[in-house]
Amino acid sequence: MSLDAHLVVRRESFTLDATLTAGAGEVVALLGPNGAGKTTALRALAGLIGLDGGHISLDGHRVEKVPPEHRHIGVVFQDYLLFPHLSALDNVAFGPRCRGVAKTESRVRAADQLARVGLSEHVRKKPRQLSGGQAQRVALARALATDPQLLLLDEPLAALDARTRLDTRAHLRGHLAGHAGPTVLVTHDPLDAMMLADRLVIIEDGRVVQTGDAASVTSQPRTDYVARLVGLNLYRGQCVDTRAGIAGGFALTVRSPVTGDVFVAFPPSAVALYPERPEGSPRNTWPATVTAVARHGDALRVELAGPIAVAADITPAAAVQLALEPGSRVWASVKATEVSAYPAATNV
Amino acid sequence: MLPLAGLLVRAPWTTLPERLTEPGVLAALRLSLLTATLATGVCLVLGVPLAWLLGRTGFPGRRFVRALVTVPLVLPPVVGGVALLLVFGRRGLVGEWLDTTFGFTLPFTTTGVVVAEAFVAMPFLVISVEGALRAADARYEEAAATLGASRWTAFRRVTLPLIAPGVAAGAVLCWARALGEFGATITFAGNFPGRTQTMPLAVYLALEQDLDAAIVLSLVLVVVSVAILAALRDKWAGVT
Repeated sequence: MSLDAHLVVRRESFTLDATLTAGAGEVVALLGPNGAGKTTALRALAGLIGLDGGHISLDGHRVEKVPPEHRHIGVVFQDYLLFPHLSALDNVAFGPRCRGVAKTESRVRAADQLARVGLSEHVRKKPRQLSGGQAQRVALARALATDPQLLLLDEPLAALDARTRLDTRAHLRGHLAGHAGPTVLVTHDPLDAMMLADRLVIIEDGRVVQTGDAASVTSQPRTDYVARLVGLNLYRGQCVDTRAGIAGGFALTVRSPVTGDVFVAFPPSAVALYPERPEGSPRNTWPATVTAVARHGDALRVELAGPIAVAADITPAAAVQLALEPGSRVWASVKATEVSAYPAATNV
Repeated sequence: MLPLAGLLVRAPWTTLPERLTEPGVLAALRLSLLTATLATGVCLVLGVPLAWLLGRTGFPGRRFVRALVTVPLVLPPVVGGVALLLVFGRRGLVGEWLDTTFGFTLPFTTTGVVVAEAFVAMPFLVISVEGALRAADARYEEAAATLGASRWTAFRRVTLPLIAPGVAAGAVLCWARALGEFGATITFAGNFPGRTQTMPLAVYLALEQDLDAAIVLSLVLVVVSVAILAALRDKWAGVT
């Protein structure tokens, strides 16, 4: 079982044009900011909205013209959409019933599926009597009960509180691994995406901007959005050997030699700040102006303007010593060994 | 409340038992309950699908149809009765064909009463069901579709249970309106005791001959309708 899709959906203010593939058993996360078209893509895959172009093939069969009830796709909706008038058991049995399985047999299957997600004791409960985590599991059981060829999850953990989220994420991970077909999940949370998915597809303004596994995406972001997600400073530039020209004559020395159009990235924690131009100055040093200071975990995140906009993480002690406040003038520096450069050729 | 009090004060309490057991009273009451219930049934069968079309699909001319549905609300019932006669009367648009093809006439029959009542009461059901449909989350139907439910299955097993309180409330309103129907009924179905003479018609007739009889009939109508509405409200519409 595999998914091969090219989704084109046109709206007045927005066009989704994304290619998406997933192999058998593979979990692909569609990650992107709000309004990027993730949910549109998911709804198009499910058949709830039509395509304006492209195709969807499941296991080699074209399904883009098939109505949702005949697509054999399981969907876990963001707010689950459990039928409020049916018990957990009847919610899960609904799918098999609609696919022509007899009533008793459907219920047996549903009970079995609910047992698999660890909810044997709650089969008789109505959705409003279930906790958020339990409702999520019922929704998963309901989607899996029809033996879908493709499993789709829309922000599966977004409706949960932080604690339930941890448990449910681990639980969900186990179940996704057990699903034989491809899985596509949509999320705006990079942590969910990295924990649950084998591969990330980053989507912005309706277009795929980067794909890859968690390691490659986090170490080599290709857009500002991804860089912010993974907490890196990111620039586009021209590199000759280890010298990368970024903007208006400003250049940084990078870790290893590359030539051509490149992305240049370094973590905020690699940036050091000084009140004066540092002695025996490292090569990557520039004057900058503080524009904002905010808490960021245990550190302080300092936003700097200058030849390039930079985020720097420093200790509160250092901040006090530097008497930092918006408008302060400082010198910023970053070691060449912390700056990575990689080709920007677009092979997404 | 004051008109109701007036009825109670002027009621001929001493002769009440005899008057209540007069055969005409019971016949009119039975006919009223029967026709109002049948009319509600007709409204449910026709009105729920119509409300679904109005509330869930975007067919062209939807606004026009919605306006059309509410016409009986603003139309004087007598005018409604005249309109029905023009359509279903023996010389009417449809009536003539019905008569020559099936030998079947609607006006001045019990079925005619049901048609007149349904015509007048339909908007109450459609408006209330359409409101419930709009308030119900259409995404439940999408969820049902992804689980393999056809549109009909999704409507029957998901949407209908979700909007059940709205349908029940609409049916109760519809029934109450049908029970009190006068103008369209007397115009379209006439005033034949036992066949088309419902309670409101009997009250009107009695008023011209015997005020006490009219008061008794009115009281019966009030008591029966209030009792039934109260019972239904507790049973179905209590949640809404």
